[in-house]
Amino acid sequence: MSLSASLSLIVPEILLSVSGLILLLVAGWAGDKASRAITIAACLVLAACFVITAPSVCGGAMGAGTSAFGGLFAADAFAGFAKLMIYAASGAVLVVAPAFFERFRLMRAEFPVLVLFAVLGMSVMVSATNLMTLYIGLELNSLASYVLAAFLRTDNRSAEAGLKYFVLGALASGILLFGISLVYGFTGTTAFAGIHAALSGHMAMGALFGVTFVLAGLAFKISAVPFHMWTPDVYEGAPTPVTTFFASAPKVASIALVARVAMDAFGPQAEAWRQIVICAALLSILVGAVGAIGQSNIKRLLAYSSINNVGFLLVGLAAATPQGLASMLLYLAVYVAMTVGSFVVVLMMRDAEGNQLEAISDLAGLARTRFGLAFCMMCLMFSLAGIPPLMGFWAKLVVFQAAVNAGLFVVAVLAVVGSVIGAFYYIKIVKVMFFDEPADTIRGRSDWGHWALLIVSTLAISPVPYLITGWLSGLADKAAAALLLAA
Amino acid sequence: MGGFPILSVMLLVTAVGALACLLVEARAARTIALVATLIDLALGIVMWANFDVGGAQWQFTERSPLFAGFQWALGIDGIALMLIVLTVFLMPICILASHSITKRVPEYMATFLFMELLMIGVFAAQDLYLFYIFFEGGLIPMYLIIGAWGGDNRVYAAYKFFLYTLLGSVLMLVAMLWMGHEAGTTFIPTLMAYNFPPHAQTWLFLAFFASFAVKMPMYPLHTWLPDAHVQAPTAGSVILAGVLLKMGGYGFIRFSLPMFPEASHQFMWLIWGLSMAAVVITSLIALVQHDMKKLIAYSSVAHMAIVTVGLFAFNQQGLEGSMIVMLSHGLVSGALFLCVGVIYDRLHTREIARYGGLSINMPHYAVFFLLFTMASIGLPGTSGFVGEFLSLLGIYQVSTWATFVCTTGIIFGAGYMLYLYWRIAFGVQKNADAAAMPDLGVREWLMLGPIALAVLWMGVYPESFLAPMRADIAALDARVARAAPASDSKLKVVASKAAPAAIGEAH
Repeated sequence: MSLSASLSLIVPEILLSVSGLILLLVAGWAGDKASRAITIAACLVLAACFVITAPSVCGGAMGAGTSAFGGLFAADAFAGFAKLMIYAASGAVLVVAPAFFERFRLMRAEFPVLVLFAVLGMSVMVSATNLMTLYIGLELNSLASYVLAAFLRTDNRSAEAGLKYFVLGALASGILLFGISLVYGFTGTTAFAGIHAALSGHMAMGALFGVTFVLAGLAFKISAVPFHMWTPDVYEGAPTPVTTFFASAPKVASIALVARVAMDAFGPQAEAWRQIVICAALLSILVGAVGAIGQSNIKRLLAYSSINNVGFLLVGLAAATPQGLASMLLYLAVYVAMTVGSFVVVLMMRDAEGNQLEAISDLAGLARTRFGLAFCMMCLMFSLAGIPPLMGFWAKLVVFQAAVNAGLFVVAVLAVVGSVIGAFYYIKIVKVMFFDEPADTIRGRSDWGHWALLIVSTLAISPVPYLITGWLSGLADKAAAALLLAA
Repeated sequence: MGGFPILSVMLLVTAVGALACLLVEARAARTIALVATLIDLALGIVMWANFDVGGAQWQFTERSPLFAGFQWALGIDGIALMLIVLTVFLMPICILASHSITKRVPEYMATFLFMELLMIGVFAAQDLYLFYIFFEGGLIPMYLIIGAWGGDNRVYAAYKFFLYTLLGSVLMLVAMLWMGHEAGTTFIPTLMAYNFPPHAQTWLFLAFFASFAVKMPMYPLHTWLPDAHVQAPTAGSVILAGVLLKMGGYGFIRFSLPMFPEASHQFMWLIWGLSMAAVVITSLIALVQHDMKKLIAYSSVAHMAIVTVGLFAFNQQGLEGSMIVMLSHGLVSGALFLCVGVIYDRLHTREIARYGGLSINMPHYAVFFLLFTMASIGLPGTSGFVGEFLSLLGIYQVSTWATFVCTTGIIFGAGYMLYLYWRIAFGVQKNADAAAMPDLGVREWLMLGPIALAVLWMGVYPESFLAPMRADIAALDARVARAAPASDSKLKVVASKAAPAAIGEAH
């Protein structure tokens, strides 16, 4: 494949990196007073990337024509589907971030630039078809994320979150690299296609160790149990817009990456990694559900909720079928909408002076003081709990359907029982908002950007999108087919 | 009715009404809710009038492949028709009964309309997943109704209701997923004729049982019901007893029996055992209650137990009787909760001992209360008698001993209901405030009057209600015939075998 053809496949990544660098220069030159303009520019860049990527998803791009740079990078429909979610979620974060940081007078021009670089890393991650590309993308995303977590540098909690994230992230990267080196040692290649071929048939014990370490390293990134410990602390400590970002876009990227590694590279040994994935899935569901019960901080609660959701995503992956992968992508799409929506509500929890509130008790009686906000939050919580007729139910339905069709009844039964435990703390939030006496601490006004995002995400999880489930499933099926064709 | 999508329109009316309620003030919300429920009542009556008895099994069908993996498939048979009519009949009455609700009225009315949407949907859905969405979606409005407008211990009751029913339902969901995979379709009429392998039926039955037994509720999974009833506002109790409990019975009749006949037979004695225990135990518990709502709640469990025994008698009388008990109980227990609500609105206590001698100062009320008490006991001429008699007749064909145990339920029922009535309506007027309560107002007449007429109608001429269901129940009976248990009441002489059947036909 010619260089120009390869370059044409990575237009979004080129756009992201070039505009990121230019905006960085602008930031350095114009200083923080240009932060608003840079944020808007970054949003426009993400929108442009979204538009550029969309055709490959709708058209179901797959096959040799999507592979760039001699098999290092694939711009297929699967990567495209994940990228659309990443761009959308990151754009949402850029919309809500300025209002948050301006309160601390820390809306620095670097913020949107860092988000752009993180997005570039994620873009590379989901398209990686070689362990080297994978690692470059992952690290690019991680380095930007460490800084983002510590962005409120005057706040101890934020600094602590950044440090924790960095230390544990570095450890995870080390584990991942160790796994990669083992895989390379026993298969002789870092290309997914080559590993796939080498693992067909017998698998050496060393390669199994490699697979295990690679999956363990990636499990850190998706915060699957037992590698989840950093999540509540980092989510709580990081500035809320950054938490919104962590809970949505990198989650999508990492899950998509895990799926590609598992299916493309380790596909022939599905039986070997399936046990790991099932274990991680069920433990995540359980720990995410039980851990959340005692929380009094809404951000910590949502952190456990994201661990819980990762469990359900992994159930889809464990099916290791086209249907399972498609269900995983659909779940991700609904998950992103639910997560962004819930965190927007958290961002809108401000007292009369505009200070952010994070305690669940501050939500008390919200239905009487701010009905619109409480109503949206109620829909989001019921959706996260997977109660029909909201979209969260449909997401769980497709995942369980894939699991049952793949013969994983026991996993499906345990997962649904876990979802009932999880439902407890979601309905606790509803109880606090609707049944308790008003605390009336949430009085702050929010700008139209927050409301627009909240309304869009609430509509996205309302029963209305059931009407487009056929279309969405078609896209997800094509994306899953693209992934499996590459294998 | 041509191609007019009457079921979708009914759902749409409630959905639009619910959204409209959220946007307006309290007074307007009451009007909107009443109008929306009355429109649905009118549509329900039109549907009943146009239902072709003896015609196609599924009528008013609508199918369109709107969703991925499942369809927007609606349609009703006689059984669903009757339950939908019950729903739309009770809803305007509930709205009237909600007069005493004064806080957060628009939200309350919207929740109720949403509830109505889901209830109609449950009975009209012809697709497995669509059914599940309506069935399970009912948790949200009921949770809010109990939690936001309930009594003192409402949060506990709301949690209990939510988690109990959710756990039961999710197991059913996994079973449904397996069925969709195995049969290759989620269309309920097709599944009702699909023969699942017997060993799989066992598991599927248990999964569905987990859900329906909680909804029903069957002993010993009934403990959420008294809490939920006591804490819910009056209209919430009416809907809970009147319609929500019927979802369990409807589930058994629509899913468990026709889809898993072998497993139904296999677990017949489990269900019978639990139900017979429920009849006796909950009746005894009802006898010693001090709280009116709790008493009626326990009596509901006993009545629902008669329903399950009748359903699993595997014969036409048992099935018909169970359906009539369900309809009758929907009216009667709803009416009893309304009666409790009437005096609760005046005195704000459910404590039986605070009342007494109400027949002196509230004679009209006492008459209505007496009628519903008698209907609950099963006095001939009221709806309760028809249903209980038919179910017991069906049960008798299978087991005389079971009939004996179930009949004690009626005797106990007479005991606790008459005891309740005596303590409330007769005797001396112990408390001055109770003695000063005014008799029924126009609004309360409008609530209780129609139900009283319906109870008498069903008691005197049950054929109106049985006719639409007869063909469906006969089809179900034929479907489960291969698994029907042996009888101990029929003499083991070949010639006499035809006799009970003939009586059944002539009935």
